[in-house]
Amino acid sequence: MYEQLPALMILVPFTAAPVCVVFRHALASWVIALAASLFSLFAAWQVLEHVRTVGIIRYKVGGWAAPSGIEYYIDTLNASVLLLVSGISCIVLVYAYRSVIKQVPLAKHYLFYTAWLMCMSGLLGIVITGDAFNVFVFLEVSSLATYMLISMGSDRRALTASFRYLIMGSVGASFILIGIGFLYAATGTLNMIDISERIPNSESQRAVLVAFSFICIGVMIKAAIFPLHAWLANAYTYAPVAVTAFLAGTATKVSLYVLLRFFFSIFGYEYSFGQLLLNGVLLPAAVAGFILMSLVAVYQTDLRRMLAYSSVAQLGYIVAGISLASQAGLTAGIVHILNHALVKSALFMAVGCIIYQVGHAHRPSFDDLFKRMPFTCIAFIIAGLGLIGVPLTVGFISKFALIEASMDRGWWLIAALILVSSLMAVVYIGRVVEVMLFRQSRTSTPEVSGMSEAPLSMLAPMYLLIVIGLYFGINGDATLSLAGEAAEQLLGGF
Amino acid sequence: MKLYPRQRHRVLQVVTKLIIPFVMMFGLYVQFHGDYGPGGGFQAGVIFSTAFILHGLIFGLQRTRAVLSPAILRIMMCAGLLLYCGTGIVTILLGGNLLDYNVLAHDPLHGQHWGIFTVELGVGITVTGVMISLFYNFASRRSD
Repeated sequence: MYEQLPALMILVPFTAAPVCVVFRHALASWVIALAASLFSLFAAWQVLEHVRTVGIIRYKVGGWAAPSGIEYYIDTLNASVLLLVSGISCIVLVYAYRSVIKQVPLAKHYLFYTAWLMCMSGLLGIVITGDAFNVFVFLEVSSLATYMLISMGSDRRALTASFRYLIMGSVGASFILIGIGFLYAATGTLNMIDISERIPNSESQRAVLVAFSFICIGVMIKAAIFPLHAWLANAYTYAPVAVTAFLAGTATKVSLYVLLRFFFSIFGYEYSFGQLLLNGVLLPAAVAGFILMSLVAVYQTDLRRMLAYSSVAQLGYIVAGISLASQAGLTAGIVHILNHALVKSALFMAVGCIIYQVGHAHRPSFDDLFKRMPFTCIAFIIAGLGLIGVPLTVGFISKFALIEASMDRGWWLIAALILVSSLMAVVYIGRVVEVMLFRQSRTSTPEVSGMSEAPLSMLAPMYLLIVIGLYFGINGDATLSLAGEAAEQLLGGF
Repeated sequence: MKLYPRQRHRVLQVVTKLIIPFVMMFGLYVQFHGDYGPGGGFQAGVIFSTAFILHGLIFGLQRTRAVLSPAILRIMMCAGLLLYCGTGIVTILLGGNLLDYNVLAHDPLHGQHWGIFTVELGVGITVTGVMISLFYNFASRRSD
């Protein structure tokens, strides 16, 4: 049974989804979703252990050998992203129970958890598979479920946000599909390892180039990399906040994984960065992204929207690390994928707690927030420090690695700009903290002096995430060695 | 005699009644012949659902809903998916990889046959359910 875990990791949540629809019961669906997520987490943990101790896993679906059949290919990079996705899903699901009761009509709860499971198994599928077309299939599974989850937001604008994401996401997914089609035309195979072996000898290099461009743009849309990020702000703002916390930690990260897999493993480091100068596209986008989006985030009054723009900025750091295309740069990028997921999910969960009690996330309207919700505020401040990159938090580990990597390449300007963008993060997090700590109640009614904290079932998972973050912030070697291993495998090709 | 909401389309109604069994039969043919020739669950599901959609167009949604209620459709959609996933689970329980049909019967050839048969049946049931519920949702004024 042990060697079946890669398949069961996807199969269990995928089977659990229709079971939720059969039961049509809110609590039962939640229990099923949580159980399936926990199973996936366990499986991902086992798989990561196996990959790090024994070696790469290649699982043959249907018993058919690799080039003709679909295979699951798991190395350190996959396994760590699998662990991240299933872990975030588990933690946020615990949190979601109370949050969803308040934000989604009861009759739709079973659909909510069904879509959640579909989304999670789709994301896990994208990450685990070693077949280029299978990536697209799972991408569609997760995307469709995501549109559904976003549209369940209590605000009516959630519908337009979801529709906008549907249009942009479909364009992105079609571009990826067209790219994969061209790759198939050029190489005659869909297996990733096979494609990477055949690309250098392919007679139609032009088709490979077209495939490269389509996949590049498609993935940039799905990952919300700077000029193509327009769908993200509204989607994150109006979705149910548990969904935002889940997506912020997983969906864009999985797209970045796809980017890494395609450009480093399939096209190969030499082709992408040596021949085609991909860093000429990615690096300006990344730098413009983290500067401009941090600036935009400073001026947002809605906390969710502020964090959404901050997400685009943080994705900029990751892409900057990737486009350095060195061992150190890739390590920094991958570490930041993991670290930013922890921080941003925790921040959105804190905002969710505020929305749960206060009813909105409009910063200028808060008063006496620290007195009313001290635990939520402390959580927000700790996670916010992580976002800024203060020592002893995860943000410090990845930003330090990133600055070190860019200085290794002699790109002092990039290093300086990263610091400037971090200072902007100080400003936008600081403005929230200022309101939390120092804004007195303007109405000065004594009734709000009592504490009205969010329920324990929301605080506990949030603090779990923060403690994990602090652990990896203090023990940075754990994630750095993992990312280093993954970067080494990526630069080495398949 | 007030049988149908649209008395004028008597010819269409009669022809539809005659055609529907054949459409369904053809759908089933495409479904189960998919192992040997062109066809399979997706195509069969669409063809099979057109029988119901045609019924809905001619006799009105009310009567089609009486034949096939949305609750049944929901169960169909899930049942098809569960049949597919269930096949995967059974192959794993029997000691094969996910969807390795060889282990389903005493010899690999029959195993492959049974595997494809059940998986395609699952696809067919789900596609039928989804197609008809899409029609219901777009044709009815408000969802229930």
